[in-house]
Amino acid sequence: MEWFAGIGRHSLGKLAAIGRALFVLTGALVAKPSLKHVPLTIKQIYVVGVQSLAIIIVSGAFIGMVLALQAYTVLVDYGAEESLGPMVALSLLRELGPVVTALLFAGRAGSALTAEIGLMKATEQLTSLEMMAVDPLRRIIAPRLWAGIISMPLLALIFSAIGILGGQAVGVDWLGVDAGSYWSVMQAAVDFDDDVMNGVIKSVVFAFVVTWIAVFKGYDSIPTSEGISQATTQTVVYASLAVLGLDFILTALMFGTH
Amino acid sequence: MQDLVRIENMSFSRGERPIYHNISLSIPQGKTTAIMGPSGIGKTTLLKLIGGQLRPQEGDILYKNESIPKMKRGRLFEVRQQMSMLFQSGALFTDMTVFENVAFPLREHTKLSESLIRAVVLMKLQSVGLRGAAQMMPSELSGGMARRAALARAIALDPELIMYDEPFAGQDPISMGVIVKLIKELNDAMNLTSVVVTHDVAEVMSIADYVYILADKRVIGEGTPEQIRDHDSELVQQFLCGQADGPVPFHYPAKSLEQDFLGSR
Repeated sequence: MEWFAGIGRHSLGKLAAIGRALFVLTGALVAKPSLKHVPLTIKQIYVVGVQSLAIIIVSGAFIGMVLALQAYTVLVDYGAEESLGPMVALSLLRELGPVVTALLFAGRAGSALTAEIGLMKATEQLTSLEMMAVDPLRRIIAPRLWAGIISMPLLALIFSAIGILGGQAVGVDWLGVDAGSYWSVMQAAVDFDDDVMNGVIKSVVFAFVVTWIAVFKGYDSIPTSEGISQATTQTVVYASLAVLGLDFILTALMFGTH
Repeated sequence: MQDLVRIENMSFSRGERPIYHNISLSIPQGKTTAIMGPSGIGKTTLLKLIGGQLRPQEGDILYKNESIPKMKRGRLFEVRQQMSMLFQSGALFTDMTVFENVAFPLREHTKLSESLIRAVVLMKLQSVGLRGAAQMMPSELSGGMARRAALARAIALDPELIMYDEPFAGQDPISMGVIVKLIKELNDAMNLTSVVVTHDVAEVMSIADYVYILADKRVIGEGTPEQIRDHDSELVQQFLCGQADGPVPFHYPAKSLEQDFLGSR
């Protein structure tokens, strides 16, 4: 019986957390947008977006290179190495670009957002905003949420572009695939709506979910060093799992019937 | 004397733990009211209740005869522009300079030009003696300076009510003297209503017009500082004189020594 009650308590706790997360989301998004907050969003785009560029570029380059190397070793057996371009491009645009960017974003920017907001809570900065009649959901949460939603799709596109260049460096410059076929077959095979835009849509969904989890975990954290550490870990774990789960659902919806 | 804040038969619990049971007190306009009591009895909670950050389970909290717990969020934010709170930690925004911190409420709630904001901020900083530290970051300030900077921010919008949460905690004697002087001077110069929550008896008794002592979920003593000094309650006297043992026992409730030491044999 105690076991059964435990399940009930746990479920109620989870439901309450979902309620609080929805409260944070609506408070941040539904509020009347203010021109005063545009510079705050731009600053956050710099913090979460521009400052994530280095890790995105380096990871994109290496993943593109590894992808080209692996694909080449298979394709060359079938004499189909001219398909290397579309192989690299489609893998990056449809899957790896949005997914790996979201995972890296969760680890780099998501955890930082959670820790920052959690520390603001622990040092009473959020409470002092409330007491100054400034809504922290609008002043602190909303600019960070929008910055994540705007930044991550752009980072994913940069990741894919750099990956394609990395694939060219390995496939064309090192392994000797013809540059013309690498680019022209890619151009013929990649569809803007089906491949590029679907990747962007995935990325927007991941951006929304990862940033929402990050800001909520910070806002809802227990304001102690242990609580913030726990919230930061949860952000990375929950965001990564959410990205991988959502990726399967979105892939099934976008490409499952082809 | 009109009361700016009135707490009427208020009860408040955190989960299962009762903090206040049926307490009533009032904060007269233009005066300094001290709220004292042992650590952990919920003095900061009381300020949060007055500020509308927490809602009582029973009773009412009136600000200018308007119920704070019943206010809609928009109205509560309007009322909060007339209130201010000095947090124990200062709660300065760590990514802004002292100047930007003090300018923050002005930029959020007024349409003043930047030159006017600069003038107001420098005046507020001058009043707390930190005009020279305007461009410093909060991490560069000492504890006392941070509290003074937070005080400048708290008075930026010329509030009617200012609530001080443990303003003297952790301060050296000079900083403490500065803060006592500032609270007194600001109260007189700006005709503020001040609520000082503290357990530093000597400092607060020197500036308070009226004192409440809270313990055991209720008000155990109230009056002017003179009346409080002569109060006949043992608990009040134990608190004022800092006696280790008394109605508040030195020992946390436990089994008898014999039971603890010999019981397991």
